Amino acid sequence: MEKFTQVRGVAAPLLIDNVNTDQITPVVFMRSLEPDYEKALFGRWRLAASQADPFVLDMPRFKRAPILVAGANFGCGSAREVAVWALVAHGIRCIVARSFSEVFRESTLKNGMLPVCLSAADQPVFEQIAVAADGHAAFEVDLVTQTITCPNGRSFSFDVERNARAALLEGLDDVALTLRHRSLIDEREARLAQEQPWLQSVGP
Amino acid sequence: MTADASGTKTLFDKIWARHVVTEDDGKALLYIDRVVVDDVRAPQVLKNMERRGLAIRRPDLAVVVQDHSVPSFAANVLGGSVFIEATRAAARRHGLRLFDVGEAEQGISHVVMPQQGMVLPGSTYVCVDSHAPTVGGVGALGLGCGSTELEHVLATQTMWIRKPRQIRIRLDGQLAAGVSAKDVILYVLGRLGLETARAAAIEFSGTTIAQLPVEGRLTICNMAVELGARSSLIAPDETTFAWLASRPSAPRGDMWQQALRVWETLCSDAEARFDADLAIDCSGLEPQITWGTTPAQVMPITGVVPDMADTSRAGLNYMGVDPGAPLIGRKIDRVFIGSCTNARLSDLESAAKVLAGRKVAAGVKAVVVPGSRQVARDAEAGGLRDIFVAAGFLWGEPGCSMCAGGGETVAPGERIVSTTNRNFEGRQGTGVRTHLASPATVAAAAVQGEICDPRPFMQDR
Repeated sequence: MEKFTQVRGVAAPLLIDNVNTDQITPVVFMRSLEPDYEKALFGRWRLAASQADPFVLDMPRFKRAPILVAGANFGCGSAREVAVWALVAHGIRCIVARSFSEVFRESTLKNGMLPVCLSAADQPVFEQIAVAADGHAAFEVDLVTQTITCPNGRSFSFDVERNARAALLEGLDDVALTLRHRSLIDEREARLAQEQPWLQSVGP
Repeated sequence: MTADASGTKTLFDKIWARHVVTEDDGKALLYIDRVVVDDVRAPQVLKNMERRGLAIRRPDLAVVVQDHSVPSFAANVLGGSVFIEATRAAARRHGLRLFDVGEAEQGISHVVMPQQGMVLPGSTYVCVDSHAPTVGGVGALGLGCGSTELEHVLATQTMWIRKPRQIRIRLDGQLAAGVSAKDVILYVLGRLGLETARAAAIEFSGTTIAQLPVEGRLTICNMAVELGARSSLIAPDETTFAWLASRPSAPRGDMWQQALRVWETLCSDAEARFDADLAIDCSGLEPQITWGTTPAQVMPITGVVPDMADTSRAGLNYMGVDPGAPLIGRKIDRVFIGSCTNARLSDLESAAKVLAGRKVAAGVKAVVVPGSRQVARDAEAGGLRDIFVAAGFLWGEPGCSMCAGGGETVAPGERIVSTTNRNFEGRQGTGVRTHLASPATVAAAAVQGEICDPRPFMQDR
């Protein structure tokens, strides 16, 4: 997994609530085993946009944005991880949202992407700054200090689970981390085999 | 844990406690009893595991299922065959049990697993599919996850998960004739919206739930996912045990008795505390239908499209519906009966009750896709298939079909009434307008050629 320490760049606002993974990666763009993830990203919205009213990530100043500023319940709907892969393919490394779908949030952490939720008081202030910056000035997300610094110098702190933070900072392999608990898994498995023997194979 | 000082536990606490391997940093490592790998994810997940040098810890607890990519009709494959072939090859390479296209057990994973008795009360079940919590209908803890997480589950038989908030939703009241589990959960979605239960574990209880057959409970838990829930559960009871008793993979004899003794303890203690306790009265409930582009934009079938804040304008425009206007009488182009929400035998029975002796209206294309080959066989044996076909429905091969952008190509702007779970923009095709409703409401719309109240169609039947 790619490490995440600091990311610096413009922040693209997409302040819509309940953006679902069918919108992030429509099925119609996913009909091959190796789809073009970057093209799939918000595929329908980008196709429906016009030169006069382009989709935010197609505006020249946001084309390289590593930060997405999103609304509530971002990534809801289907569990498809391709939604995260498409965002990664576009270069998004950090999403600051009012809230995330839980499965989507877990998937970002598996892909070197940092999901940030600011406090209820800070979020609207941060959104205003991001909208005002309008892609003309850089923000810096620092996972070491757990802060986002805005172009105007204002800084916001955020929380992230200790283990997820360590995995992102070091680019650690999730399976290797879990297998440090192998003996505990063996124990629980043996105990469950006693307690629920009827679940020990999927059956005929 | 939600359990208070007196040690009382919720149903969720009991399943959770039994499966926790260890806890760290606010997350628990949960042991997983059953894993399903579907045909959209299997090729990549299994290839990645090979690339990473990861072995599957318990291949005997995993099943590979062909569902999302199965062509409903041979004439319209929509690129699914590449996934089907790659899934078949990957399952063989790893020696995993495969429910392949055309095989007796094949179907939609969340339909097949409970139906076969492969997911049982108190077990944990993981699938790279948001609708994994469907199995809460038999008292199993279903958890959706991403593909990379599934690699972790297959390699370790465990998953790290934040202990969710727990919400109990009591549903009380007797359902009127013509009102089904789908109407109940649509109503709940309309009342609670998409965020109330985000990341939470829901337990449904109450007299409405107690009266529902298992298949209806599976429908409720299936769509609880649209509330944002991480999991949804219904305590198993005599109804559940009777339903499971004859399933091919359910335990038998002494083992059944032993299982039953454990399953009978799977309920929330009387004094158990929840983070939120909600009650919704379902008596007098009408059939429900969605008017917008989220599953929470719901109205009673006889109602009018609400005039809501600006945030719902996009949905109104996309759907081509007007605030203050009824949906009854709106012309439709298509209907679809199927999906992990409503493709079980009782769903087909409820639609067939409306369709018997009637015809699909001219100009309406009607498709029904049974949730599994077992459902299809039962429906054929019981004469249901004949009723659908005589009415003018196309009868498709079991799979996810038109719920997941497969099955059929639909033209932009077409209006479809569907028993599926998501009315998102573009979900059933670019520009396609989806109204979610029960199998009976969908069948009635097919006959009428427009959105209508199904209850008059069900009188004296």
